[in-house]
Amino acid sequence: MEFLLSAEQLEIQDTVKRFLAKNCESTKLQRYIDEPQNLPTDIWQGLIDMGVPALIVPEEFGGLGMELLNLAIIAETLGYAAAPGPLLGHSLCTQALILAGSQQQKEKWLPLLASGEALGSFASAETGQWFGAELALTGNSLNGSKQHVPYAEHADLIVIALADNQFALVEKSASGLSISPEDVTDRSRPLASLNFANCAVELLPNSSTEAAEKVLNTALILLAADSFGGASRAIDMAVDYAKTREQFGQIIGKFQALKHQLANMAVDVEPMRGLYWHAAYAFDREPEASSRQAALAKAHLCERYLHVAREAVQAHGGIGYTWECDIQVFLKRALFNNAYMGAPALHRKRAADLAAW
Amino acid sequence: MDLSYNAEYEAFRQTVISFLKAHWPVPDSAGEGAADWPRPKKEAWFRKQAIEAGFLYRGVPKEFGGAEQEADILKATIIRDEFSKRRAPMEAPGIGNMMLVPTLLECGTQAQKERFVAKTLTGEYHWAQGYSEPNAGSDLASLRTRAELIEGENGLEWSITGQKIWSTLAQYAQYMFVLARTEPDAGKHAGISYLLIDLKAPGVTIRPIKQVTGGKEFCEVFFDDARTPADWIVGERGQGWTVSKATLAHERSSIGGAQTSVGLFEKLLSLAKGVNYQGVPAIEHPVIRDRLVILEGYVQSHLYSSYRQLSMAAAKQNPGRITLMNKLINTNIGHMVADLAKDLIGDAALTMPPVKGRAEGHEKWLNQFFGSLGVAIAGGTSNIQRNIIAERGFDLPRDDAQE
Repeated sequence: MEFLLSAEQLEIQDTVKRFLAKNCESTKLQRYIDEPQNLPTDIWQGLIDMGVPALIVPEEFGGLGMELLNLAIIAETLGYAAAPGPLLGHSLCTQALILAGSQQQKEKWLPLLASGEALGSFASAETGQWFGAELALTGNSLNGSKQHVPYAEHADLIVIALADNQFALVEKSASGLSISPEDVTDRSRPLASLNFANCAVELLPNSSTEAAEKVLNTALILLAADSFGGASRAIDMAVDYAKTREQFGQIIGKFQALKHQLANMAVDVEPMRGLYWHAAYAFDREPEASSRQAALAKAHLCERYLHVAREAVQAHGGIGYTWECDIQVFLKRALFNNAYMGAPALHRKRAADLAAW
Repeated sequence: MDLSYNAEYEAFRQTVISFLKAHWPVPDSAGEGAADWPRPKKEAWFRKQAIEAGFLYRGVPKEFGGAEQEADILKATIIRDEFSKRRAPMEAPGIGNMMLVPTLLECGTQAQKERFVAKTLTGEYHWAQGYSEPNAGSDLASLRTRAELIEGENGLEWSITGQKIWSTLAQYAQYMFVLARTEPDAGKHAGISYLLIDLKAPGVTIRPIKQVTGGKEFCEVFFDDARTPADWIVGERGQGWTVSKATLAHERSSIGGAQTSVGLFEKLLSLAKGVNYQGVPAIEHPVIRDRLVILEGYVQSHLYSSYRQLSMAAAKQNPGRITLMNKLINTNIGHMVADLAKDLIGDAALTMPPVKGRAEGHEKWLNQFFGSLGVAIAGGTSNIQRNIIAERGFDLPRDDAQE
C-alpha cells in the first residue's frame, strides 16, 4: 500500500517543473499567447529533450514504455505553468497508434512521435459532439469536417476518430485536407478545423471500441491532471497577491473575507490530486474501473478548476481582469479543459451509467 | 504507486482475520453462558483478547493496560478495515480515550496514569470534557472558570468555580478534565491549568441541554467551590493550554474520516435507489444522478487524498497543509449529503425522528440533516478551520484580535 509517486517520478516531474519555471515564466508566457499561430518551439523542444513524448511509447518502438501515470504527472506540471504546446494532441495521436495501429504503422510513426521528429495531433469533435463520431469513409476517401484539433497546422500526422470506433490517419501532405485556425479562447493550446474533400486517409486496422475508449480515457486523465496543476497555480497566485497587495494600511491577506475565500479554494483543490492519480492508476492497473474513474476525474477536476480560476480572478481585483495578468491564461485554459472531450455534466452522466445505477 | 499490500502486511491481515474468527462473535468457550452475556460484557471480554493480541490500544504501554506495539499506520488501517468488516468492537468510544488518555500518557504523573488509564481503556470510566464556556467558544483561551489552591479537610485542594458548556454526555460521566484559570495575573494562555475532577463532588451541578434534534447529548456543568485534590493537576500550573494540545502522534491518520464519507455516500445511494423523485425512481432521474456524481467527486477525492496522506505518514513524510483541511473537507461532504438526502426523502422531512430508538422511515435522514450542522461546529467551527488553513497553511497574517 503506497499511494505515492516514486523517487524517479518525482524527479521527472521536478525536472520539467524547473524547466518551465525558467522557460515559461510570465514574460515568455505572455509572448507565447500573443502569437498563438506559432508553435512554442522552445518549450516543445525542451519537452522532447527531456523525453516526454517518448514516455508512453513502448520500448520496441523507441519509447520509454512507461505507464500513463508518468505522463499524467507531467500534464499536471504543464498545467501548473499553463505551458503552451502540443503535448495533449500529440499524446492522443500516439496513444491511438499504440492501441489501434498496424505493426507497420507503428514501426513507421511511433519512433518519430517518440523522438519528436514528427508532431501528432488528434481530431475528435464534430459539431456538437466529442465522441460517437459520425464521419465515415466513402470508399477510400473522406469527406466532411472535424473541429477543435490542437495545433493542426503544425502536425505532421493527425489521427481522426470516425464512426463505429474506427481511427484513421491523415498526413499533413494529404490532398483534399484543408486546415483553418479557429479564433480560440485558450491561446496556450490553439485549435483548428479540418475539412476533408475526397481526402486520402489510412485506417488504423486494429481500431476497436476498447481502443477508442482507452484513447478517450487518456484524454480525460490528462485534462484532469492539467486541471489539478492549473488550479493549484491559481491558488498560489491568489495567495501571493494577497500577501503583497495593500489596502486600508495592511496587506489584504489579513482580511478574513479573503482568507476564507482562499481556504475554500484550497479545500476544493488540495484533495483532487488523489482523484486524478487514482484515475491514472486505474488506467494502468485496474482496467475494469478505468472508464468510470476517468470520467469522474475529468468531470470533477475540470469543473473545480474552472470554479477556482474564476475565484482567483476575483481575488486579484481589477488587475485580475486585465490581459497582462497571467490569471486570465489559466481561466481560459480551465475553459478549454472543461469543454474539450465533453463537458463535466456529460461525463457525470457517463459515470452514473457506467456504475449501472 | 501500488494500492495492494505487500506479503508482510497480507500475512498480518490473515492474523487479524483468524483472530476475529475465533473471538467475534464471542465464542461459547469464553465463559459460562457466553452466548447470553449482555453486550457490554461481550465487548469487554473481546477487547481484553484484542489488547492481548496487540490489536487495540497499540500506542498505550502494557503497564497501563495497552497493547504497546510499534507504531505502524498500515497495520492500524488493516485492523480497522477487518474489525469494521466483521462489526467487531474497536477501542471504547468517547472523549476519554480520544483525548484524556493520550494527554495523560504524555503529561500525566505515574500515579495519574495508574489511577485512570486502564479503566478508561476498558470503558469503565467515562469522561466529560470541560473546555468551552458560554463566553469562551472559538476563543477558548479567554475562559474564566477559576481554580485556587486552598487548605481543605483533606489537605491542599483546588477549589473550582465557574461554568462549562457543550460537555458531551457529562450526565453519564464520572470524571471531567477541566481547563481553569489558576494564575489570574498571568497572560491569557499562561494562566490556565489542566485539572481532573470527580463529577460527584459537592458543588458540581450538571444540566443537560436539549439540542436541535430534541436529544440531550451535551450539558452545562456548573462548579461552585467544587473541590479536587491538589495533585489532580496534569502538567505544571499555568501549562494547561500546552497540555490540552498534547496528542500522541501514534498511528494518527485522516483515513477514518474519508471512509466515513464513503460509507455515508453509499447509504445515500441506497436511499436514492429506494425512493421516488418527481414521480420516477430517484436513481433514474437525471438531476439526482448528476448530483450524486458531483458528490461522489468530492467523496472520492477525499478518499484518495487520505490514501496519499496515509502513505506519506507510513513513509515518515509530512503531508503538508492538507492535514489542516481534512475537517472542513469532511464536514462539507456532510452538508452535501444532508442537502441531497433532504430532497430525496421528500415529505418525510416533516416528521421528526424519535430521540430514542430507531426511526421507522426515511425521516431518520434528518439525523444527518441536523447532525451535519453539529459536527461542523464542534471542535472548531468551519470558519475557524478556514482561519487555520489561511494562517497556518498559507502563512497569511493573523488578524488584530486580542492574543
